[in-house]
Order: sequence, then C-alpha cells, then structure tokens
Amino acid sequence: MRVPLSWLREWVEVPASGDSAADADHVHAALVKVGLEEEGVHGGALTGPVVVGEVLDFVEEPQSNGKTIRWCQVRTGTTTEGEPEVRGIVCGARNFHVGDLVVVSLPGAVLPGPFPISARKTYGHVSDGMIASARELGLGDEHDGILRLAELGVAAEPGTDAIALLGLDDVAVEVNVTPDRGYTLSIRGIAREYSHSTGASFRDPAKALEVGEGLGFSVVVDDQAPVRGRRGCDVFVTRVVRGIDATAPTPQSMVSRLQLAGIRSISIAVDITNYVMLELGQPIHAYDLTKLSGGITVRRALPGETLVTLDDQTRALDAEDLLIIDESGPIGIAGVMGGASTEVSDATTDVLIEAANFDPVSIARSARRHKLPSEASKRFARGVDPLVAEPAAQRVADLLVEHAGGTIDELGSAWIEAKRPESIALAEGFVDRLIGVDYSLDEVTDSLGAVGCRLKPEGDGWLVEPPSWRPDLVDAPSLAEEVARIVGYDRIPSVLPVAPPGRGLTRSQQVRRGVGRALAAAGLTEVLAYPFVRSADNALMGGADAAQVRVANALDAEQGMLRVSLVPGLAAIAHRNLSRGLTDLALFELGHVFQPEPARTYGVDSVPFGTARPSDQAITELEQSIPHQPWSIAALFVGDRRARGIGQPAEEAGIADALDAARLIASVAGANLRVESGSHPALHPGRTAALLVGDETVGFAGELLPQVALDRDLPRRVGVLELDLDRLIALGAGEVAARALSTFPAATQDLSLVVPVEVPAGDVRDAVVEGAGALLEHAELIDDYRGAGLAPGTKSITLALRFRAPDRTLTAAEATEAKSAGLARAAELFGATLRG
Amino acid sequence: MPDTPQISESAVESAVEAALAAIAAAPDTAALKAARSAHTGEASTLAQLNASLRDVPNDQKAALGKLVGQARGRVQQAVAAREAELAVAEEQARLDAETIDVTGIPARQAHGARHPLTTMMEQMSDIFLAMGWEVAEGPELENEWFNFDALNFDPDHPARAMQDTFFIDPVERHLVLRTHTSPVQVRSLLERELPVYVVAPGRVFRTDELDATHTPVFHQMEGIAIDKGLTMAHLRGTLEHIARSMFGEGARIRLRPSYFPFTEPSAELDVWHPTFTGGARWIEWGGCGMVNPNVLRAAGIDPDVYQGFAFGMGIERTLMFRNDVSDMRDMVEGDVRFSQQFGMVV
Repeated sequence: MRVPLSWLREWVEVPASGDSAADADHVHAALVKVGLEEEGVHGGALTGPVVVGEVLDFVEEPQSNGKTIRWCQVRTGTTTEGEPEVRGIVCGARNFHVGDLVVVSLPGAVLPGPFPISARKTYGHVSDGMIASARELGLGDEHDGILRLAELGVAAEPGTDAIALLGLDDVAVEVNVTPDRGYTLSIRGIAREYSHSTGASFRDPAKALEVGEGLGFSVVVDDQAPVRGRRGCDVFVTRVVRGIDATAPTPQSMVSRLQLAGIRSISIAVDITNYVMLELGQPIHAYDLTKLSGGITVRRALPGETLVTLDDQTRALDAEDLLIIDESGPIGIAGVMGGASTEVSDATTDVLIEAANFDPVSIARSARRHKLPSEASKRFARGVDPLVAEPAAQRVADLLVEHAGGTIDELGSAWIEAKRPESIALAEGFVDRLIGVDYSLDEVTDSLGAVGCRLKPEGDGWLVEPPSWRPDLVDAPSLAEEVARIVGYDRIPSVLPVAPPGRGLTRSQQVRRGVGRALAAAGLTEVLAYPFVRSADNALMGGADAAQVRVANALDAEQGMLRVSLVPGLAAIAHRNLSRGLTDLALFELGHVFQPEPARTYGVDSVPFGTARPSDQAITELEQSIPHQPWSIAALFVGDRRARGIGQPAEEAGIADALDAARLIASVAGANLRVESGSHPALHPGRTAALLVGDETVGFAGELLPQVALDRDLPRRVGVLELDLDRLIALGAGEVAARALSTFPAATQDLSLVVPVEVPAGDVRDAVVEGAGALLEHAELIDDYRGAGLAPGTKSITLALRFRAPDRTLTAAEATEAKSAGLARAAELFGATLRG
Repeated sequence: MPDTPQISESAVESAVEAALAAIAAAPDTAALKAARSAHTGEASTLAQLNASLRDVPNDQKAALGKLVGQARGRVQQAVAAREAELAVAEEQARLDAETIDVTGIPARQAHGARHPLTTMMEQMSDIFLAMGWEVAEGPELENEWFNFDALNFDPDHPARAMQDTFFIDPVERHLVLRTHTSPVQVRSLLERELPVYVVAPGRVFRTDELDATHTPVFHQMEGIAIDKGLTMAHLRGTLEHIARSMFGEGARIRLRPSYFPFTEPSAELDVWHPTFTGGARWIEWGGCGMVNPNVLRAAGIDPDVYQGFAFGMGIERTLMFRNDVSDMRDMVEGDVRFSQQFGMVV
C-alpha cells in the first residue's frame, strides 16, 4: 500500500518538516511500530527551482533534422527592480500559445530521473531552462506536449514556486500490509494506525460525510449456493448520478495522488472510484446506467454462463462464481471484474455506483480461478469494513458532481445486512499472562478502545465488541496482541525459560553429524543439490519401472521429479565444477530421497477441516499418506584423488575411494559392512560392489558406466557410492560391548593359496577366517598374483594372518595348525591349494 | 718367551700412548673397533704386560698391578669417548642426508569441507541442546494438513496462497513440499509428552526462481516451546540468547508486530550488532509469536492450560548477513570453492 503523505495529512496530524524525505522516514518509523513494515518511498525526486512561467512570445525554427523547435521568451518572475524577468528557452513541443502559463525548470533544478537542468546551448540558442511536460514533473503519463496550467484549472503569477503550487514535493511511503489487516489497504486505515503509533489526532474520513438516502434502485441478493455456508454478499449500496461529462479532466491533485499511489489516471469516473477505494478501502464499481437493463441481482453463476469482462476476455463462469446480473444476464464477477457491456465510456452521462461487501472466501476463489488478482479482489479477500460501503458510495457520487457535473438521483439504494462482529470475552489478567507484562487496567481498556473496540464489564473482565473493520479480532489472544502493539512491543521484558532436562541428539542425528564430519575430514566436500531431477535420472538410478514423485508446478518441467537417488545431483554439481576448471573432486551429499512404492496411491481424499484434533485414525492416515523419504548419503569422485606433487605422482580416483568412504560411513554408524560383487544399471559391470550389513543390501559403491559419465560431460572414470543411511544406522550397533584384550604375543604368518580366477578374493578371505577359528585375530588380503608359475585360469591370493590366544603364548605349531584349518575351508569351498 | 716385554713403568706408558694415538686417529666406528681390539685385546701389548705380572716379584706386584690397571682404564675411557664422538658425527651425517625442502612437500590428502549451512544449523541446534531443548525432524514431502491446516491456515485465506507452494501431482491428493519447517512443530506436539521444547532445522521449498537473493530450496531453523505459563517475555529471552550466541554479546533484538496464522500475537524479529558489515544496523532475521490456540487444539492440547511460543529464521539469510555471502547462488550451485573457504567452521 502506497500512502501519499499529503493525503495522510488530511486525516491525521503528521508533522511537516519541509524535508519530504525526513517526513517519509518519520512516518515509516511510526508505522513499523504498529506492524506495517517499510517497503519504500515513491516520488520526492524533484528539486527546484521550478516556477510558473508565462509565454510572452515565440518563433518557430525548422531544423535540419526535420524537427521544428520554438524559441520562446518566457517570463519567469520579476526582478528586484520590478522589471519582468524574461528567459530565452528552446522548446520542442507546440501545444501552447502566447499568454499560456507553463511550468519552467530553471538551471539548478533536478527533475525525476534524475535529470539535472542547466543553461545549455542547443539548436543555435542558449536555452536558459526547460518548459516541462506532466510526465517530466512526475505528474502523470502525459508527454504529448508541455503542461499548460490552464489544463489543471490553476493560475498563478509568473515566478510562483510551482513545487508548492502543484504539490510536486509530495511523497508516498509504501508499507507491506499483512493479510489479516485488509483495512490498512486504505488511507483511512493507515491514518488510524499512524494515530495508534503516535497519539496524533485522527479524523475518520468515513464519518466526515453526509450520507443521503435513496428511494430504491432494485437490488436482489439471491445466493442459492453459499461457499462454505457464507452468503456471498451482505451489503449492496448504489447511487445514481445523471448528466455527467465523462470527458471532464481529472483534477491534477487527484491524478498526482493516484500516480503516487501507483494507479494510472484513466478517466474522471474511473479515477474517482479508484480514489475513493484508496481513501476508504471500499472497492467501487461504476456502470453506464443507460446500458443496464432493469435492476440488479446478485447470484451464483448458472451452468454454461459466460461473461466478457472489461479486459475483453470471454470467461467461462464457475458455479461458485458470484455474479452481478441484470435482465440481460451477467454484467460482472462480483468483487473481481466488471463486464464490458456496461462499461463507462466517454459518452456516458448517467452512472450507477456500486459499493458492496462480498464474502472474502468467495472473492478469493473467483480471483484465483480466473487469474484476476485486482485491487478490488485483494481488498475483499482480506475483508472490507461492511459499514464503509455507504459513505464510500456517497463520496463517489459527491466527487462526480463536483468534478464532472451532474446531479445525484434519488434512485440510490442501501441494502445492508452485515452481521455485527461477535463479542469476545476477555478475562482481566489474560493479556498479562500471555504477554508477560504487568499492564495497568487503563492500558488494556485504552488500547482496545483506541483500535475501535467497545468494552462492557462482564464477570472478571470484559465483553469486547471489535470494530466493523477488524474481522481479524476473533479471540482473546488477538485482543492481547492489540494491547501489546498499542502499548509497544518494547515493553516486553526478556526472560530465559528453563526447559526440562533434554536427552541430547538422537542416535540418528549423532551418526549423521559424525558422517558429515568424517567425510569432510577424509577430504570430501559437502554439497546440497536441489531434489528436482529428470524422470530419466530416476529411471537410471531406481530402475525403469520405479515409481516416482512428480511436482505438479515445477519451475522447470524438465526437472519435475523428486530424486530417488542423490547421485544425479552430485553428477550435475561435478559437471558445474569441472566447467569452472576444478578438475579433482570428491563430493558428498547427505539428504532425503523420495522412494514411493510402485502402484500405491499417496495422499488423502480430503484433509480434516476445523480446529479440533482429528481422530487417531485420521492422524494415522495423514502420517501414512506420504512416500518413504529416507536419509541417504552419497559421494562422487572424479579426477585425481591425490594430486601430483614434488616426489609424488598423481593418483586417479575411482572405486577404491568410493569403498573407503563407504567403510568410513559404516564405521561411524557402527555397522559391519560387507562388500560383495554387485551390479547396478548405472554402474560399470566390472566395477560394482554391493554393500551389505548381514544379509541386507544397504547400498552400492563403484564406478559409473562410462557412457553414463560421458552423457553428463564427466570424465570416463567416476567413483560413486550411495548408502541408505537410515538402514545403516538401524543395523549398526547402538552400543558396543567391549572385549578384553589379550596381551600375549601374536604369531604372524602369511598364507598364499591358489584358486580359480573367478573366485572373489573377499570370499577366499572369509573362508580362511571361518576355517582358522578363534585363534585368528586379523586377516588382510595383501596380494593377488596371476601369471607365470600358475596354471591357466588360476590366481594366487596372499593373506597376512595374525594369530593370538587369550590365555597363553601360542606356539608356532598351534598357529600353523589354525592356518591349515583355514586353508582346508578354502579348499573345501573353492578348491584352493597351497601355493608351492 | 723372547717377545714378552719387560714390565716397567715406561713400557706401560708407551703402550698406553700407542693405544690413545690409534683411538684418536680412528675415523669411524669400524676403525675404532679395530683399534680397540689391537690395543686392549688378548694379543695387545697391555694384555701381555698384564700377563707378565705373575713373574714379577711379590713386593712389586701391587705397584705394577695398579699401574697396568690404571693404563687399561685410561684406554677404555678413550675408546668410550671416541665412540660417543663418532656416533654424534655419524647421526649428524644421516640427518644431513635425510634433509628435504619442507616447503615443497605435496599434500597427501585433499582437505574437505562441510557446507556452511549444515555447520550453521548444527551450531544453532547446539545452543538449544545446551538449554535442554531437543532437535526434531520431519518429512520434506508433507501432507497439507501438517503444513497448513493444523497451523491455522484457512484453505481460502490469502496467507495460504502467499506461501508459493510446490504441489505434488495429483494436486487433489493434498501433498506438498513443505513451505516451512512448522509441520515439524505439529508433529512434535502430537508425538511428544508435554512440556515440549524443540527446534526443527531443515529444508523447505517455495516456488521462487533462483537469483542473487532467492532460491526455491532453502533452510530454516524453527523452534517451539509449549509449557505452563510461558509468555512473550520468554520468547524474547530465548531469541536474545540465540542472537548473542550467534552474533556476539553486543547483539540486540527488536520485535515488531506482524501476522502469521499460527501465532497470535505475532512479531517480526530484527537483530542489531555493532560489527555487522555495513555498520551497526537492524537486520530482519525471522518471525515469531505466541502459538495460536487453534494450533494447540489441532494437536489435542488444551490452550487454557498450556501456552507457548514459536519462532523461525532462514539459515541462508543468516549466513548472508553474518558471513558476508552476497549471492544466494554460491550456496546452492555446489562450487567446491564456496564450502572449502569455510572448512569445518562457519
């Protein structure tokens, strides 16, 4: 909401310091205290000298560029000797005559732009100033010629300060209006709030009018299908003004205020309806009365009805749309937009003014349905004071008579069935208990009185009737807020509450923090990708048949799916880094993935309505209405895992880094990770590891299928891993039971055995561990040899073994015996033989 | 035994001198070992002189014996001293040989980093954990009831349309990407025993195009406290504590009246600090208020018995003005240089 200060000053006392920027700051500071946030300042970009000038004479001079300029002699004042002060000024416009009064910007003035004026040589003359157009002065859009004061109905001596004369120093403050405070979308509401903040005296513009009575233009409200049980219209006021001149100019002060408020001047009738809407907050519609057939009815749309609206669009109407109709059919969507057939034009002489109050829900839905957010629908959706309709209609009629001629007809009508706001019981002490301030009784009652409430003592407190313009005051806490903000939030003291002892982070939270820190310490950099991916990305990672979640209104329809895996996001981020010349990357992300079950419908048919707690069953249904969204952890490696340096060759990243990171993550989660050879549609068939805890697969590590990497403009070798962190944590050890350490000496032996090449080394190790039994403390794979000395199709696997007994020093014979048992198990499972 | 030297004071002295000369001349431990063997071994002159003692008349035995013993001791000492000297020199030579240019040693392992948004959420959570609060979490894809209705957002109220919501297809099934972490408040009130003191850090979604100051995916830290007797003064105390913890003891806060459907009264939270970039000034930090009784009712809590407060702030915004990040895109694009300048701190 933009508020011209000159307009505000009509209704509330605002100090005028002479510096409009300082005044704007003062008003902003006052309004922010009562909850109207500062958005900006408009206007005030003009500084003088700008004066009234009289055109004494001019000569037209055609130029070589085809233009004709006028070399003018303009009187811009009177010298100290009493002689006329005359300046020579070049002007490109030709819409003026000798004797016209115009506005002259003298050297030193700055027009909005900023456009500084100086005496300068142009078209062979020194132009000692500039004759200004309305637009150059910030007075409107008019730029066809210069501004003649006669058009404004203004006359003044040459040399008069035009800034003061035309109100060119007016500025508008813009404030953000929260959606509960529809009444502050008006000068009336802002002036009232300014008065709340500063105590300045306020006059209610709605009560400054003589409201006449009409004899009854026919209006019927017939709402057969109220939305959510609320009648669509409970106030409908009309006024009729006959014999106006629809082409009469809009007074300049009105044009410039509308302009400052952000509304373009259109015609006298439309300007007045907008002016009154801004002043009182009541949206107004004006009809060309001669184009109406019969009286007006307010009803819901019928099946198949259409309306051509003011913007010449044909709109199919919905059964929930509230309409204004006459005998010809629909002539407007109530509170949203009028119809073209009854529009006011330059030929209009008789006007019907409508000031109605429509149900916020109905209007909000229609505005959304027809994508017609307007100044009117914005106000109705936030609630308009039902009692301001009548003064507003009267004000429009009065202004029409004043500025466009005509007379007010006795046909106007007022149908007002607005309900009084419900009274609220407020117990004494309630406000103190909620806000934590010891307010005096006077502070409570005076604050509520100031905002327009009526208080009646009742029981141990009051019965409070909110004013008609405050539909947001519905319960005791909303009244407490009024007291707190009128007295000032600065009064609220600072007290630190004492919470009961907490249990700290959950195990899952601890593990996730630990994983993030461990990976960062291990050289990986955390990134946070958007969860939006292409359908093909999900199909690649989750399988072609995998169910996916689609965002209905994605910003980029290409990337309209929620990720089933973190890997595509990491790949995209890797590519962005590569394109910026960062070639060696180790990235990780810890985030949610979205994994719906195939062929399952999520969501609910309808959500519980109202403020009561839904039933346990309804809550369970709500909780189960969303797809599975586990925490996932993924990492991606590309380029060198160790950079080339002095005495250090570069080392390329790959699956080994992915496996290392996976083991690190598992160790933070307390899980015993098993690595098996695996397969994944996105991964290299020969470099894919399945990651398991017990028999449950919890993720994968490997290298991207080279084609998948190349498709994403990544190098051929990209190491990746992804783990379902929720499962890993669930399967990990929450608590560790410590074993006693044996301090007897260890016996170490190597074991080289020969197995068929296709037997995985990890399986060989597992067999040896199983066979060797309890004396084997540790087994490490240290070599995989193929080639000379071995039979074709075989390989030699070497393990370093460490044996130890809990209760004695092992003999070499005992260690050898355990080793042989390990070999025997490997022989049994895989035909392993001792390498000779 | 014609070679056996005749034992005498001068014979002993000359043997010692020969030994000391050989020891001093030994250039390394091997030569020293040879010298020791030559001058103290069984075949050495001193050993032979010692052996000849048995032929000495008894009245001279004591004196000559002492002489030989002292000579042998002197030689042993010289060996030990030379041995130590050589050890120091040889260790020094090894150290010299092992010397490298430490300024050119390459990094064995690249340095990683956490995302500063994550670090900041953890840091803020820790401040609340230290006061006994707990950290609550909830799903990012949420049912509309948790995201809106339970929070007193009427389905037709403009405040709901102002949330710029991402809807899940098909929209008539009432699923959304949460527009704030407030649904976690509702879940906490439904799931936990009263009193409840929790913070909810997490990711939220609004349909804003990415630019220097907006991103459709961002992070919030929200908190809710429901207990008997909590007031707006407790809200202010809590916010003042978190502001001082995050920005320093000089931080001040200001509450301005505002509107949120889930709080009444509601306030905007501004924070002021003397050392903010751009000078000491007020910066809008978040929103807060006393929890609306309708929110408590939706969770089955009697608002006549319990009341409390809630607050929320944007993490991206906090990082922007606290850590001088000027472009939102740096936080979301994943350029590793961004996180790496933070490392493990924020």
